[in-house]
Amino acid sequence: MTGARKLTMAQAINTALRDALTADRSVVVFGEDVGPLGGVFRVTDGLTRDFGEQRCFDTPLAESGIVGLAVGMAMNGLRPVVEMQFDAFAYPAFEQVVSHVAKFANRTRGRVRLPLVIRIPYAGGIGGVEHHSDSSEAYYAHTPGLTVLAPATNADAYALLRAAIELPDPVVFLEPKKHYFLAEEVDVLAPAPPIGRAVVRRAGRDATLIAYGPSVPVALAAAERAATDGRDVGVVDLRSIVPFDDDTVCAEVRRTGRAVVVAEAPGFASVASEVVARVTERCFHHLEAPVRRVTGFDVPYPPPELEGYYLPGTDRILDVVDDLQWDAT
Amino acid sequence: MDTATVRIVEPDGEVAAGAPAPPPVAELLAGYRAMVLARRLNEQAGALVRQGRLAVYPSSRGQEACQVAAAAVLAERDWLFPTYRDTAAVVARGVDPVEVLTLLRGDWHCGYDPLAHRVAPQATPLATQLLHAVGVGHAARLKGDDDVVMALCGDGATSEGDFHEACNFAAVLGAPVVFLVQNNKYAISVPLARQTAAPSLAAKAVGYGMPGVLVDGNDLAALTVVLGEAVRRARDGGGPTLVEADTYRMDAHTNADDAGRYRGEDEVAGWALRDPLLRLRAHLVARGALTEQLQAEYAAAAEALAARTRDGVTRGGGVDPEEMFAHVYATPTAQLAEQRALLRTELELEGS
Ligand SMILES: Cc1ncc(C[n+]2csc(CCOP(=O)(O)OP(=O)(O)O)c2C)c(N)n1
Ligand SMILES: [Mg+2]
Repeated sequence: MTGARKLTMAQAINTALRDALTADRSVVVFGEDVGPLGGVFRVTDGLTRDFGEQRCFDTPLAESGIVGLAVGMAMNGLRPVVEMQFDAFAYPAFEQVVSHVAKFANRTRGRVRLPLVIRIPYAGGIGGVEHHSDSSEAYYAHTPGLTVLAPATNADAYALLRAAIELPDPVVFLEPKKHYFLAEEVDVLAPAPPIGRAVVRRAGRDATLIAYGPSVPVALAAAERAATDGRDVGVVDLRSIVPFDDDTVCAEVRRTGRAVVVAEAPGFASVASEVVARVTERCFHHLEAPVRRVTGFDVPYPPPELEGYYLPGTDRILDVVDDLQWDAT
Repeated sequence: MDTATVRIVEPDGEVAAGAPAPPPVAELLAGYRAMVLARRLNEQAGALVRQGRLAVYPSSRGQEACQVAAAAVLAERDWLFPTYRDTAAVVARGVDPVEVLTLLRGDWHCGYDPLAHRVAPQATPLATQLLHAVGVGHAARLKGDDDVVMALCGDGATSEGDFHEACNFAAVLGAPVVFLVQNNKYAISVPLARQTAAPSLAAKAVGYGMPGVLVDGNDLAALTVVLGEAVRRARDGGGPTLVEADTYRMDAHTNADDAGRYRGEDEVAGWALRDPLLRLRAHLVARGALTEQLQAEYAAAAEALAARTRDGVTRGGGVDPEEMFAHVYATPTAQLAEQRALLRTELELEGS
């Protein structure tokens, strides 16, 4: 049996929410404009109509309130799935996330686990004005206790969100907003990948690009261009930032001996930095060149007219790939 | 708390029974003229979005009385703290419209000099700017200045924690701040009834220990009187005031929004009858103050503003990619210098 259909990422996530609301009475969805409007990206389209106001509702406009409410509801047996409207508008909730969501289980020796999901549309490439394009994953990944997922495909968005809702621990679920309206084949009945497992999107012999979320298609495009130049470059999609899949990533890098991490966020003290450190520690004797990063610059996310210069593109990736000490071999 | 709505001019242009004395006619004429310009600016900016010249435009059509009054009651040395929706207020304050629209054109995050104009950058993270406004006001007092700060926000923003903190700080410090909440009935799709169970937003003032005033936000005369009084009180050391303006967002939240999903045409049509421009025009025409000739002059000034805006935005400021690195630190870090050099090399290669 197959449940394959063409869905945009917004529709894939909407389907995951519907299926979760249907499967489990304790799932509730809330946030800003998620009710009758269906969210500013229409991810929650029709949920209030189809599941009622109790299961999907608009809150007052306060992100700290939304996450704090979710903490209490999770303590009392529900599974809240909350929406932050945009990456940078999740910052008012930071205290709740860092001081409570992430620490509750630890503080209570595991007595109180918080099975909640914080969905965050993130990253750029949509021509958004300031505060609408942040890649905020490092803040969450740096906070012990949070599971941080970053799907790159619509199928993963569906499967990982279903898994996130079922997880006993809190999840920060990062949705690359430039993917929301791109359609792809999604099989909702396909076996779901476990949380914490990366996937090889493209096998390669010569070098490995490591990416997640919105940078995965960019890495794939770079690999495609490298192939026309006669270089066989592979791509690993992390899917899950925390937990991190050292095994899949390192197996690829050990085979190729060369790795470049691609991410939109500023590179300094970033998730990309963590990947470089882990790969270097584990694959040192297999490396033919230093593990490199192609990331956003260490500047505040620029205005729409400049984002093309900021975002890591295929040219910048290929320049770095060219620089991986090929002559030495 | 008395939360009866202060109104001077009724929607039909008549003076309301028992209303406070209206401002002088010259002030009302100047206000009407500014509203005609603000309306035209809203329409022009909307057109520029449709032509792809602006990334987005949050319109204040229907809220022009608030936009104009907020700027008009300030002295030159006072401060304005606007939101993304308050482009017209910033222009009414005297800032060049093309500079203001730099943000929404996507060239830079703020296109004017906040210190030169005493206008903070338009704030998007809701309610956050209100605390800055209190800080500016408190600093003025510590320096011995009698500047006043006008801080704007929407009805939805009053649910944020920062709104509470700003009101409380201002009241405790006795800061010279006027909080003007433009209650335009919606926060994107969410109606006021889902933001608050309070009898009004102005009523919240009592909990902070400051005066709260509910004013007809489509009545420029009433707004001028109420905000003018609040500014005077603040300047005289009387502390902050919370003013709620009862108004309506006639356009969708932005061009990206589909208002048909959450509100009916009837509701919008009802508010069209309470339009701030029509009302003041009827009033001033009835008083014989607004002649055909003045109306023609105002319309011409509005067209000139629209043309200047259109030309300036269409021409664009020209962006410099390297500017990304220029203002992050007073002294760029070594890492930024390196990254800037990388980009320059890329651009040179592209150019060659
Ligand atoms: C902290 C924060 N959360 C969410 C948003 C997204 N957002 C932008 S405008 C808006 C609605 C604001 O409504 P209101 O305060 O009533 O102002 P209006 O837009 O009606 O002028 C929302 C939710 C934001 N800008 N900042
Ligand atoms: Mg509003």
